[in-house]
Amino acid sequence: MNFLNQVLQGAMLGGFYALVACGLSFLFGVMRIINLAHGSLAILGAFLLLGMLNATNWPNTMGDYGYLAPFVCLAIVLPVMAAIGWALQFLVLDRSLRAGPLIPVLSTFGVAVILDNGMFETYGANSNSLGPFIGDLSFGSWNLTDTIYIGQLDALIFGTAVVVLGGLQLMLTYTKLGRTIRATADAPDVVGLIGVNQKLVFSAAAAIAVMLTGLAGVFDGMRTSFAPYDGGTLLIFAFETVVIGGIGSLWGTLVGGVVLGVAQNIGAEINPAGFQIAGHLTFLVILIFRTFGFKIPLPRLPFRKAAA
Amino acid sequence: MSGVALTATGLFKRFGALVVLNNVDFQVSPGEAIGIVGPNGAGKTTLLNVLSGAYPPSGGQVFLAGHDVTALGAAERCRLGIARSHQVPRPFAGMTVFENLHVAAAVGGGLAGQAAYDACVDSLELCGMTRVANRRAETLGLLDRKRLEMARALATGPKILLLDEIGGGLTDAEAAVLVNIIQTISRRDVAVVWIEHIVHILLQVVTRLVCMDAGRILAQGEPREVMADPSVIDAYLGPGAVAHV
Repeated sequence: MNFLNQVLQGAMLGGFYALVACGLSFLFGVMRIINLAHGSLAILGAFLLLGMLNATNWPNTMGDYGYLAPFVCLAIVLPVMAAIGWALQFLVLDRSLRAGPLIPVLSTFGVAVILDNGMFETYGANSNSLGPFIGDLSFGSWNLTDTIYIGQLDALIFGTAVVVLGGLQLMLTYTKLGRTIRATADAPDVVGLIGVNQKLVFSAAAAIAVMLTGLAGVFDGMRTSFAPYDGGTLLIFAFETVVIGGIGSLWGTLVGGVVLGVAQNIGAEINPAGFQIAGHLTFLVILIFRTFGFKIPLPRLPFRKAAA
Repeated sequence: MSGVALTATGLFKRFGALVVLNNVDFQVSPGEAIGIVGPNGAGKTTLLNVLSGAYPPSGGQVFLAGHDVTALGAAERCRLGIARSHQVPRPFAGMTVFENLHVAAAVGGGLAGQAAYDACVDSLELCGMTRVANRRAETLGLLDRKRLEMARALATGPKILLLDEIGGGLTDAEAAVLVNIIQTISRRDVAVVWIEHIVHILLQVVTRLVCMDAGRILAQGEPREVMADPSVIDAYLGPGAVAHV
């Protein structure tokens, strides 16, 4: 039964990985950019939220509802992250894209270095956590049996991941912005002919991606501790999730996250040190399978008639 | 809907030392259908690119309905009423034919809801694409791709339609289908500028013919007179050919 519980915990962890990965996956899907600053941006989101909690003192002044303060602040941090994404596109990505597909890899790596060290300068090397601010939610759980339980925060994160991925899919399928994004993703050099400002579409995509990345960072801060240089680990997990799930497939991202999470937890069950190595090995095996043409059937974006 | 004139004066376009457009004056009046012919490298596509805003001219100005649009990009000009089809069709893959048109109607035409839907249906019917409306665009054959290219441009509600070799690579029967569609568009008071190498299908539609060579306009006017012009024959067949015609 303990093994079953580990698998369940791994699946819940997969929801978190899917949330971390969806910004990376979305940005790559639309702009063909591998954003190496992805993990650092997530950590930045967590730090922004922490800074806001400390500055407003809402956790204390909101009394019995103090545990909701992080979620109130989230409503402000998310637009800020979107603005950062918008600026990132205008200041860095747009310029680097003009120099070819490899330059954004370098420039976003540069952004990651600047962000990591900037956060280190500002917040120091200490580990921080948003866990203490959310009250019982950080440890509360529903016990299904004596050995099988579901954490409340895990459930919230998994639910958020499903809502975010589903929302992205609905947006891409049924809205004007969504169809414009899909057209631009397929033919960025052609959409100008039908009146689409390609730079604006890319900016909107970057804003959405970085906003979602910030959301993932905040949840990372709630479920565990974070420090300025933690972005790299998040980036690797996000990357593995995207590759396992299939690039450009939103629901595949959820599947990829669950596969990675379950693999890590089974690894940890076999040997306490096996958490990371099991995840990496699974990623490697799937990568090899994909490379040699064994297609793993995963749901793709449905393309339906446009709703008028 | 009354038509709008597109005027260009003193257009130059240089790529480094290469002069591709050399002091070109060009005008399209409302409802007019103009054909552009000329040997390869004459600057026909470049002229269309400068008119549509794909890139700015090195000199000269472009006016739409009397307003200077030289500084505007292709997206802005499209929303003002200049639509263009590409020589090599580029459908948006992963989207249905209808969705392809819907993006054009919503963004380029600024339409929403029922109006956008109606514009798409109208373009579909006009271009004979209703039967493939829900097909994925990348699964279409060449003729349908060309028609999609035109339908998508039409869905933006253009006042001026620029067509770049839309007939290239088609059989005569397929080209006849296109000619039919373009004639209908032209009757709707949409000005058409059409580059085409297949002169005999061009002559079925256009009211005026422009012949370009080496970045200049060699001759323009009544189509059959232009085709009989000695300098035009020179440009196509080489100097001296006139004597044998």
